[in-house]
Amino acid sequence: MTDAHSNSATGNEVLASAMAEPLRAPASFKRKMFYITMGIALIAFPHVFDSPFPHHVMIIIFMYALMAQSWNILAGFCGQISLGHAAFFGIGAYSTGYLFFAYQISPWIGMLIGVVLSMLMAIAIGIPTFRLRGHYFAIATLLIGEGVQIVFQRWELVGAASGIFLPIVREQPLLSFQFHGTKLPYYYIILAFLALACVVVWRLDRSRIGFYFRAIRDEPEAASSLGVNVTLYKSFAFMISAGLMSMAGAFYCQYVLVIDPETVFPLSLSILVVLMAVMGGAGTLWGPIIGAAVLVPISELTRIYFGGTGGTLDLMIYGALIVLICIFKPEGLIGAVKMRHADALEEKCDSGDARG
Amino acid sequence: MTWEIVVQAIISGLLMGLVYALIAAGLSLIFGLMEIVNFAHGEFMMISMFAAFWLWALFGLDPIYSVPLCAALLFFMGVATHYGIIRHILGASMLAQICATFGLAVFLRALAQFLWTPDFRSIADPMVAGRVDLAGVFLGLPQIVASVGCLIAFGFLYLFITRTETGLALQATAQDRDAAELMGIPTERMFALGWGIGAACVGVAGVFLSTFYYVFPEVGLPFALLAYVAVAMGGFGSILGSLVAGILIGLVESIGGLLIDPSYKLLIVFGLYLVIVVFRPKGLFGRY
Repeated sequence: MTDAHSNSATGNEVLASAMAEPLRAPASFKRKMFYITMGIALIAFPHVFDSPFPHHVMIIIFMYALMAQSWNILAGFCGQISLGHAAFFGIGAYSTGYLFFAYQISPWIGMLIGVVLSMLMAIAIGIPTFRLRGHYFAIATLLIGEGVQIVFQRWELVGAASGIFLPIVREQPLLSFQFHGTKLPYYYIILAFLALACVVVWRLDRSRIGFYFRAIRDEPEAASSLGVNVTLYKSFAFMISAGLMSMAGAFYCQYVLVIDPETVFPLSLSILVVLMAVMGGAGTLWGPIIGAAVLVPISELTRIYFGGTGGTLDLMIYGALIVLICIFKPEGLIGAVKMRHADALEEKCDSGDARG
Repeated sequence: MTWEIVVQAIISGLLMGLVYALIAAGLSLIFGLMEIVNFAHGEFMMISMFAAFWLWALFGLDPIYSVPLCAALLFFMGVATHYGIIRHILGASMLAQICATFGLAVFLRALAQFLWTPDFRSIADPMVAGRVDLAGVFLGLPQIVASVGCLIAFGFLYLFITRTETGLALQATAQDRDAAELMGIPTERMFALGWGIGAACVGVAGVFLSTFYYVFPEVGLPFALLAYVAVAMGGFGSILGSLVAGILIGLVESIGGLLIDPSYKLLIVFGLYLVIVVFRPKGLFGRY
C-alpha cells in the first residue's frame, strides 16, 4: 500500500478517489462473533431441519451464491461485466462429467481439470476482449457464451444435444463424488466451496490486488497511467472468477448426474447470476449471497405452489424485482443495510455533538 | 454447388439482412441517444410477433394489415419503458442500466410464456405466401415482402431522422444533450420519442417476420443477438451503419451457412463481431 499512498500524496487525486475506501480495519469483536455464530448455524442447519427439501433449497442457494460471487470478482470488483459466465459453469460440468463418464476419472480430479480449462479459456477470451470497453465487452462475452453452447450442442464426442448421463456408482461415495439417499454431503461440500469463494473475495478485497481491481473498475486510464498493469489484473480477475464458476458447474454435474448443453450453458443462467449479484449488491462480499438467498427461495416456492404452470412465474418476479432494484436501489439490497448503519452512525454523532 | 444455389444464398441473405437492419436500427437509435443498450429488444420483437399472431387468430387480420397497429403498440411500449424505467436509471451505473433492461427482458419473456405457453405457433394462412421462381432461383414471397417492407420502414426512419425538424432535434440530443437542452429542445421528450421509434422499428420487423417464422416466447433472442452484432459493427448510434452491417450479417450468415454448415451460421456471425470490434473497437461507422 505504501507506494499507492505516496502516489496519492503526490497529487494524483484520481487514484486517490479510486482508492478512497480505506484499508479495511481488522474485523471487530462483534463482527467476529457474528461470523462464528453464522458458521455454526450453517453447519448445524441440516441437522435441525432434517428433511430433504430444506437441504435441497440451501444447496441451490449456496450453488447460486457461489456463481454470483465468482461473477462478482470479475464484474463487481474489477468492473468487467461478463454476460456469458455460464460458459465456465458448463465447462466445469462437462470436464467433470465427461472424464468420469468416459475414463472413470474421479470427479475431484475432473473438477480440477475443469478449473484449469476454464482459467485457460478466460485468458483466451480476455486477450482479444479486454481492449473492449463497457457494452462492447459485455456483448462480446454474451456472444461467446452463446457460441460455446452452440459448439457443445453439436459436439458428438460429449453427447451433442442429449448430453451426458453419469453412471451411478454406489461404492466409495466420497471418491466418486456421488451420494445416494442423502443430501448432507452435498450440503457440506457446496458450503465449503462457497466459503472458499468468500475467503478469496475477502482476501482480495483487503489486498493490494483488490485496490488495483477497483482502480481498474473506476478509472482504467488513471490506473494504467500510474503503472497498474491493467490487462494482467483483468486477466487475474477473470481467471479466479472462471475457476470458481467452473467449480459450481462440477458440483452441479455431480448433484444432478445429468448434464446437457441446454441446462449448463444457457444464457438464462448467465443472466440469473448477474441479476443475483446485482440484486444483493455487486462489488461487495455479502451482496451475491444476499441476492441468491432472496431469489432462489422465490423460484423454489413458486414451483411448489403453482407447479408446472408456475414454471415462469419466478422469472416474472425476478425480472420485476431487478428492475425495481435498479431504479430504487442501484447499489443493491445491501445498500439498504449499509444505509441504516450509516444513519445510526450519523445519529450517534449528532447526539454526541448535542451533548458536547 | 450450382450457381443457382449461390445466387439464392446471396439473395436470401440480402433479404434477411434488411430485416436485421431494421431491428438493429431501432437498437442503434436508442443507444445513440442515451448510451443505453436495450437488452429487451428481442422481447419487444417477440411481443410484436405475438400481437400480430393474436390479431390474426382472433380477428382474422392479416399481418400485412396489422403492421401499423403493431408499430403503434410497440411505440407506446417503448415510450412507457422510457418513462417507467429508463428515465430513472439514466444516471445510474452501467451495470444497473444493463440489469434494468435485462430484467425487463426476463419479465417479458416469462410473461409471454406464462400467458401463451412456450408452444411454437404460426400464422397458417398469411395473405402473402408461396414462392417465386426467378430463372431457377426460388425465393419465398413472404421473405421478399418482409425485406421490402423493412426497407421502406428504414427509408421512412432515415428521412425522419435527417429531414424533419424533430429528427434533427433527435440527432442534436444524441450529439450533446446539454447543448440541445440550451437550444430549447425538450430532450426528455426526445428520449421518449427515441424509445418509441426504436421499439416501433423492431415491432415492424417482428410483424413481417411473423408471416414466415414461428411465434414463441424465446423467438427474440437470436434476432437480438444478431442486432447487437449489427449495431456494434455499424457503430453504436449510426443508423446508416446498421443498414450496412445488417445486410453484411445477412450475407455472411447465409453464405457461411452454405459453405460451412447451416447449424454454425450464428457462430460465424459471432466470430465476425469479435474480429471487427478487436480491430475497429468503435465499429465500422462508429462515432463514439
